[in-house]
Amino acid sequence: MESGSHNNKKRKKTYTRRAFLKGVGGGAIGATVATGLLGSAPLGPGQDSAEPAVFESKPITLTVNGKLQRLTVKPRETLLHVLRERLRLTGTKRTCDRGECGGCTVLLDGKPVYACMVLAARTDGRQVRTVEGLAVEGKLHPVQQAFIDKDAFQCGFCTPGFIMSGVALLEGNPSPGDEEIKAALSGNLCRCGNYQKIHEAVAAASERMRGGLK
Amino acid sequence: MRYKELGQALPGAKPAPAGRPPAQNFKYIGAYLPRVDGELIVTGAAAYTHDLHLEHMLYGKILRSPHACAEVVALDLAPALALPGVKAGLRLKEGRLNYLGEPVAAVAAVDEATAEEALELIKVEYKELPFVVSEEAAQAEGAPQVLAEGPNVQKLNELTRGDVDKGFGEAELIFERTYRTSWEVHQTAETHASLAHWEGDSLTVWDSTQAVHSVRDGLARALKMPAAKVRVIKKYMGGGFGSKLGVNDHTVAAALLAGQARRPVKIVLTRKENSYCVGYRPSNRVTIKAGVKKDGTLTAVHFKNFTCGGLGRGDDCADPLVDLYRCLNLKVEEYSVFAHACPNRPTRAPGHTQGTFALEGFMEELAAELGMDPLELRLRNYTTKNQGDTGTPYSTKGLEQCYKLGAEKIGWQGRHKRPGQAAGRMKRGLGMASQIWPGAGVPGTLADLYVYPDGSVEVQCGTQDIGCGTRTFMAAIAAETLGLEPKDITVKIGDSDYPWAPVSGGSLTAPSVGPAVRDAALKAVEQLKQLAGKKLGIPADQVAVADRKFANAQNPSQSLTFAEAARELRRETVFHGERALWAPGFDYQTFGAQFAEVEVDTETGRIRVLRVVAAHDVGRVLNRLTAESQVLGGVLQGLSAALFEQKTMDRSLGRMVNANLHDYKVATIQDCPEIIPLFADVVDERLNILGNKGLGEPPRIPSSAVIANAVFNAIGVHIGEIPMTPDRVLEALKKKREVRS
Repeated sequence: MESGSHNNKKRKKTYTRRAFLKGVGGGAIGATVATGLLGSAPLGPGQDSAEPAVFESKPITLTVNGKLQRLTVKPRETLLHVLRERLRLTGTKRTCDRGECGGCTVLLDGKPVYACMVLAARTDGRQVRTVEGLAVEGKLHPVQQAFIDKDAFQCGFCTPGFIMSGVALLEGNPSPGDEEIKAALSGNLCRCGNYQKIHEAVAAASERMRGGLK
Repeated sequence: MRYKELGQALPGAKPAPAGRPPAQNFKYIGAYLPRVDGELIVTGAAAYTHDLHLEHMLYGKILRSPHACAEVVALDLAPALALPGVKAGLRLKEGRLNYLGEPVAAVAAVDEATAEEALELIKVEYKELPFVVSEEAAQAEGAPQVLAEGPNVQKLNELTRGDVDKGFGEAELIFERTYRTSWEVHQTAETHASLAHWEGDSLTVWDSTQAVHSVRDGLARALKMPAAKVRVIKKYMGGGFGSKLGVNDHTVAAALLAGQARRPVKIVLTRKENSYCVGYRPSNRVTIKAGVKKDGTLTAVHFKNFTCGGLGRGDDCADPLVDLYRCLNLKVEEYSVFAHACPNRPTRAPGHTQGTFALEGFMEELAAELGMDPLELRLRNYTTKNQGDTGTPYSTKGLEQCYKLGAEKIGWQGRHKRPGQAAGRMKRGLGMASQIWPGAGVPGTLADLYVYPDGSVEVQCGTQDIGCGTRTFMAAIAAETLGLEPKDITVKIGDSDYPWAPVSGGSLTAPSVGPAVRDAALKAVEQLKQLAGKKLGIPADQVAVADRKFANAQNPSQSLTFAEAARELRRETVFHGERALWAPGFDYQTFGAQFAEVEVDTETGRIRVLRVVAAHDVGRVLNRLTAESQVLGGVLQGLSAALFEQKTMDRSLGRMVNANLHDYKVATIQDCPEIIPLFADVVDERLNILGNKGLGEPPRIPSSAVIANAVFNAIGVHIGEIPMTPDRVLEALKKKREVRS
């Protein structure tokens, strides 16, 4: 992984919600722009290119952290908006609101996505996992625990996004190497600059999840 | 007040009480302590201002000037107010607008989308005026005058020490270099945000701020109301770095809109607004000319700085030079250059960072010119008194220890003795840079400690945790002193109704708040020991405090639990703590040295930072775990500024071309080198009851300079300007080849 993440970003920036919305004109939106995280495979329009249908609002049913949610959403509403403003799950942060920072990373059907880049209308019937859904009966997920143990944050605002990226990585790849960890986390920005400890935390959680540590 | 003078003692501050033994043998203070509020952060439960929601809350939005300089000719809010869902609107500024992004009007509506739509309905007629958005353009002949009064270039700071002409006359070598730094935007993860709520004539504001008390005072002034009726709260905040130290336009707007609508109003700035409107580190162009003896003794230094912070005064940045090296003859001239951009704001170690980039770059280049080891050159001019060894002695100065620790860890002896001597395309090099910063804290800072009759303990302080672990060190100090565990302590901060503490900026928090908490806890334990002693039938000085117990020191089996002793108080009892004055006659500063190894691809110009060793003297470290994080962050931010960051302006349109997190490059995990934090652990007994200094700014101060210096060692040419983008590296290499041939 000699090339920097900035190059990655440039390459994958083709799919922005802004550009997409401009392209289809105001109001009539239907296709998801579920941009994948930098460093992991993007779910681009190619995979999800249904013709947009015109609608004022649309009833959807999605499962968030195991709980069924029935909502009526507007065409412009993002998954991020639904999570924060409708369901008050504010652990998922709005940092850039245009797919550049990873602060709103959630798992959509197990894959990490930027919630600000996913239209809510396209989440009908799908499974969403947020940082609020990781702990089981009060017991923290190993990635969460490792973030505390290693002090893998300062202001903590980017932390839920990093944790979700870390969880997505470890659920798909229980023993990632250093370069794989870096790649999986390269779509998240930490302005306080705690990357070294974030890396250590994900590595420690990997070990713990494999039973190396209790 | 200058940012660096925030650390002055308050008028009522008192000397330290006599007879308290020096603190030692701590169990929690100085240990690796995970944060007491870590679980809130990792579960997403910590409530940031962005996350708050009140019943009937409205969403505010601000209409901002689309021009770098313009006159508002006409403005009509009526069409916006007529939009269903819009509940309030107001004009914010009439007449001349001096930067793109300057607030013009504001609206509040039932949701964000409606508020955005309303902004587009406001009718404004602007008359565009000529503008300048760079230091160079502002100084050009015929440039439009930026400020209503005074020219575009104004004197900021000047200082003379000794006789510079005489000093240059004694020099065996005269050396001159220029160093430039760029506009660096804070780009906090949480954009600025405020939520205002009126109850009668009292106002409560939840604000994403580093300073609840200063926002309260600023709001009271702006709204012309008593400070006593304003309360400002900040529980969790997503990064400040100096951009959230005072009251903001949007905070005042939220309060006014909320007053108009009689409903709570929340305003959350967009990333674009954060890129344009809430400050940045000003640019600096520093020329240093020094006279030197062949053995490295400085005989004279002339330091000239042009700083551009838009409508702000920029940063004076000679302080590191004034203090750090022995130099009797010194002349400093600093000028502000004004331009049509929002005013600069303090940015983690304002002035010192830019001044250190210049000064420490200069020392590295000068050492090469003299054929000396750059570390030896620094030691040759080492000081033990401020003002370049002409002033007050430092109480403690662990810089020499930092040099030793860092040099050993990085393998300094293995560097290229002559910069650029490595062969091949990929060139590696080692560099270093030093650091000085006040960080002594504010005598007069207050903290209250409550002991409840059930044995629970609460500490209150109107300070803020901006990510540095304030709650955790407060809990550790109280627990340590009372024989409890950190988790036994309830810490309440981030509220202007709590006792006064300074802004969380300037590395002030830990040395202000820590000693105040310790003081309160010592007072509490003294009274509890009296009560316990009475109950145990022994004198108070024979009571030992540990493991949640008050025990007979002679006979530990005879003891009371903490709760049993607390019950003797019969009601909740508050112990007032205060940070005392430092011992007079000394200067108190933090020091540090960083060492870096880089690899430069001489064909692409790309720089990769491989390792950074950061050794700092900040007195006693209160929590090693969080302190290490602060150092990592300071190093990483310096790397980011050194390689990527620049608020780039289109000079013909007056716009910022990278007002987002995609085009405004910040370092990612892919850019992160191995960073090794080290501490000199020089406890300063004269400074305060804990002997600790601040750590916020220190690791950021040398962290861009050290990378530029390592690049110099690698390729034999100092880039002299940050960010060191590949084109600048290639340009510098080309110039070097041209000079040779």
